[in-house]
Amino acid sequence: MRVTFTANGKPVEADDVWEGESLLYVLRERVGLPGSKNACEQGECGSCTVYLDDVPVCSCLVAAGQVQDREVRTVEGLADESGLDPVQQAFIDAGAVQCGFCTPGLLVQTHDLLEREPQPSDTDIREALSGNLCRCTGYEKIMDAVRLASARKCQKVGTSE
Amino acid sequence: MSTRTIAGQKNLQDIRTGSKDGIGGSPLRPDGTLKVKGEFAYSSDLWHEDMLWGMALRSPHPRANILSVDISEALKLPGVYAVLTHEDIPGTKFYGLEIQDQPALAIDKVRYHGEAIAIVAADHPETARRAVKKIKVEYEVLTPITTEEQCLNPEVYGYVHEPHEFKSHGSGNICHSQKLVHGGGVTDEIRALADVIVSGDYEVGMQDQAFLGPESGLAVPAEDGGMDLYVATQWLHVDRQQVAPVLGIPEEKLRLTLAGVGGAFGGREDLSMQIHACLLAQRTGKPVKIVYARDESFFGHVHRHPAKMYYEHGATRDGKLVYADARIVLDGGAYASASPAVVGNAASLGHGPYNIPNVRMEAIALYSNNPSCGAMRGFGAVQACFGYETQMDKLAAELGMDPVELRQLNAMAEGDSMPTGQVIDSPAPVAELLQRVKDMPLPPPLDLTNLDVRTLPGALSNTTHGEGVVRGIGYSVGIKNVGFSEGFDDYSTARVRLEVIGGEPVAMVHTAMAEVGQGGITVHAQIARTELGVEQVTIHPANTEVGSAGSTSASRQTYMTGGAVKYAAEAVAQALIAKGRKRYGWTHNDLSLNGGKVVSESAGVLVSMVDLLGDDAIDLTREHHHRPTVPFDKETGQGFGHVQYTFCANRAVVDVDVELGLVKVVELTAAQDVGKALNPLSVVGQIQGGCTQALGLAVMEEIIVKDGKVRNASFTDYLIPTILDVPPIPVDVLELPDPNAPYGLRGVGEAPTVSATPSIVAAIRAATGLALNRVPVRPEHLTGTL
Repeated sequence: MRVTFTANGKPVEADDVWEGESLLYVLRERVGLPGSKNACEQGECGSCTVYLDDVPVCSCLVAAGQVQDREVRTVEGLADESGLDPVQQAFIDAGAVQCGFCTPGLLVQTHDLLEREPQPSDTDIREALSGNLCRCTGYEKIMDAVRLASARKCQKVGTSE
Repeated sequence: MSTRTIAGQKNLQDIRTGSKDGIGGSPLRPDGTLKVKGEFAYSSDLWHEDMLWGMALRSPHPRANILSVDISEALKLPGVYAVLTHEDIPGTKFYGLEIQDQPALAIDKVRYHGEAIAIVAADHPETARRAVKKIKVEYEVLTPITTEEQCLNPEVYGYVHEPHEFKSHGSGNICHSQKLVHGGGVTDEIRALADVIVSGDYEVGMQDQAFLGPESGLAVPAEDGGMDLYVATQWLHVDRQQVAPVLGIPEEKLRLTLAGVGGAFGGREDLSMQIHACLLAQRTGKPVKIVYARDESFFGHVHRHPAKMYYEHGATRDGKLVYADARIVLDGGAYASASPAVVGNAASLGHGPYNIPNVRMEAIALYSNNPSCGAMRGFGAVQACFGYETQMDKLAAELGMDPVELRQLNAMAEGDSMPTGQVIDSPAPVAELLQRVKDMPLPPPLDLTNLDVRTLPGALSNTTHGEGVVRGIGYSVGIKNVGFSEGFDDYSTARVRLEVIGGEPVAMVHTAMAEVGQGGITVHAQIARTELGVEQVTIHPANTEVGSAGSTSASRQTYMTGGAVKYAAEAVAQALIAKGRKRYGWTHNDLSLNGGKVVSESAGVLVSMVDLLGDDAIDLTREHHHRPTVPFDKETGQGFGHVQYTFCANRAVVDVDVELGLVKVVELTAAQDVGKALNPLSVVGQIQGGCTQALGLAVMEEIIVKDGKVRNASFTDYLIPTILDVPPIPVDVLELPDPNAPYGLRGVGEAPTVSATPSIVAAIRAATGLALNRVPVRPEHLTGTL
């Protein structure tokens, strides 16, 4: 089948998609967006998290056909011409990236958290990110990164007002 | 981070502060931006025009004879390019890290659940999956050999490997054994010297590395009849050494390049998909990619050895250890992997960082029809630490002593001797590390009037509002070796090139080190900056065009390959200065490179590196060999077997819902001596990550194996800690330089994984009063419903 959807603001089209393929497979293998990761492919690890119409989902659990005519935003779509998103920069600065395989999913999930709640408590952060496994960091630097991104985003808003 | 040096020793941290992004700083990872943009190419992201997908058929039985394999139906499926069995292997059919006992594809029998029997290449992963299902295998299913009793009685239960099949280090179903006797050993006379004796049987479950990036890679056939393999591994050169003979090609025709690695933790030290992808590429003439799904990953790599241990300690009334006795039985599973070295570690480190005048130890690894076990972070020292630290708590209770004071009273220090007879010739601040975790402020007490259920045991499941929740505190300390031991020369190679690019001196560092996430490439650039006085450093992709860097394991890479980069960079610096002496006739003996210039301490700046280099490049390669070690004597365990020792202490604070058996670790504190923190941010990250894997072993992680069959090969059923399970992890880093090591550094990655597990279990014991002689501790162990 043919699937057409919007990925990171651009129209994309994938041909010869087998009905059993996931959105994750289509992103990674058919439309050149391998940033979303394939660590478990059963919705346990969160490393494939993308926005589907502004809602974070595990793209491994979404059938490719379900995204017809919808909007997908992946980790590749977080940065813009002006540079990295504050969440991306904070993950680098705080040392929250080691092997980095969990990073794309965590970035999308954190981005969503800070959109909804710009100043989350530590427990809010832990709840929001509890579906994203990381095996390297012990999560401490990830907590630091989210706090840093929150502070920087709030500061930015404060400055522009 | 606190920093301190021993009085009278040179403070290595104070030297060379030429570059802010040199050693001792925390510059950001060179791959960080690519990783946050989703543009970093992991091994599972590789793509090649016309590439095929490879997949393996794996045995559903832990022990069976293969009567026939019929691939005809699989070959008929459109889109299938090749189906191979062991009969199609052009070269040798066996491989292995230490003992070549593992067939690349099963030959006439399978020895564990998940063993690969046949491989398929097809144009779509789903086609490959369907083709695998169409392969017909006729089995004669045999009763698996899975228990110690069965393994040790092969004449009754059978051999995992028939005695004639290959030469192992052991006999029967024993893969390897190591005994150790120190002082007077353990006899009735020695026992009689003790006022108090405690003993116990302890058990450690099978833990998985559970790296997130699945085993994967891409094999591309080359025109010269050779092969290019892009792969996520821990050691490129030893992969090549094992793969080339199976393909029947000389090593130099197999070129390996490191693809992006999504974590390793020991699980990539053995081969996984390397041989299979290459065989399929060789047969089809097309590039072949293999990516394991998570269930296949659980079958496709070795795990941490599960252990059954007996420990006995005798002490005087005032708490001085008199003797220690132990027997450690490790289940190595079907194939040897790294079992012999794991046994060596368990035996030599298995009595912990304590001075004990009389010691006896026996460690063995068994062959069985359980999953193969090999390297995982902590490597033989983890299992033992749970045994001896549980014993320390038991002894403290028996003596009515404070558990930290008992440990400190018996703690080894620099100048003391290991039970192997090896004298510890660099700092060993065991007592101080314990004191430091004890002195750290405690988290606020459990406050039932003002709680957020998300912070309690059960967390989001909302299983308690504080009723039945009891707090406990526990301590532990552990010892780990750094580098390969027992006479192994795991040298590292580094090539450093200095030239002018765009009007600036630029250093290039080329090694075969596997960057698996630990941050080795960041450190290499820091070392080059410090030694060469430049700002710009590029890291060449890791490949087999340069000499071996050894394995990214055993906490060794910064020590070994970092050391090699240091020595290569020093050689480049000396060559540049020699060039200047020749050209300008300098006679100063106080020259160094700093800020892009050749500088004399007395005469100031002499010349810029740009002017001195001109169009020339200086390109030098150096090897770093650590000091030699020797194998332990087989019967006495004596010998200078380890390169370096490393120590970590922990304090755990836990809340336990004693009614439901749920545990919430509230805080896990660590204190570790790292000799010199080359990159403090990464050092702390390693310690926190290491503690977290120890937390997993303490309360969550175990591969459940029943009658040789793996029952939980998924992240749904094999649980690793989430951000809700992991507490704040305050880290106190000591920097006491080791005079034998580059920059005085001490390997970091493993010690916290060794030491943290027993502290958590001790805290749960403190909260519940239960004995808890097995990890992971599960709810049924706490509620008595087991």
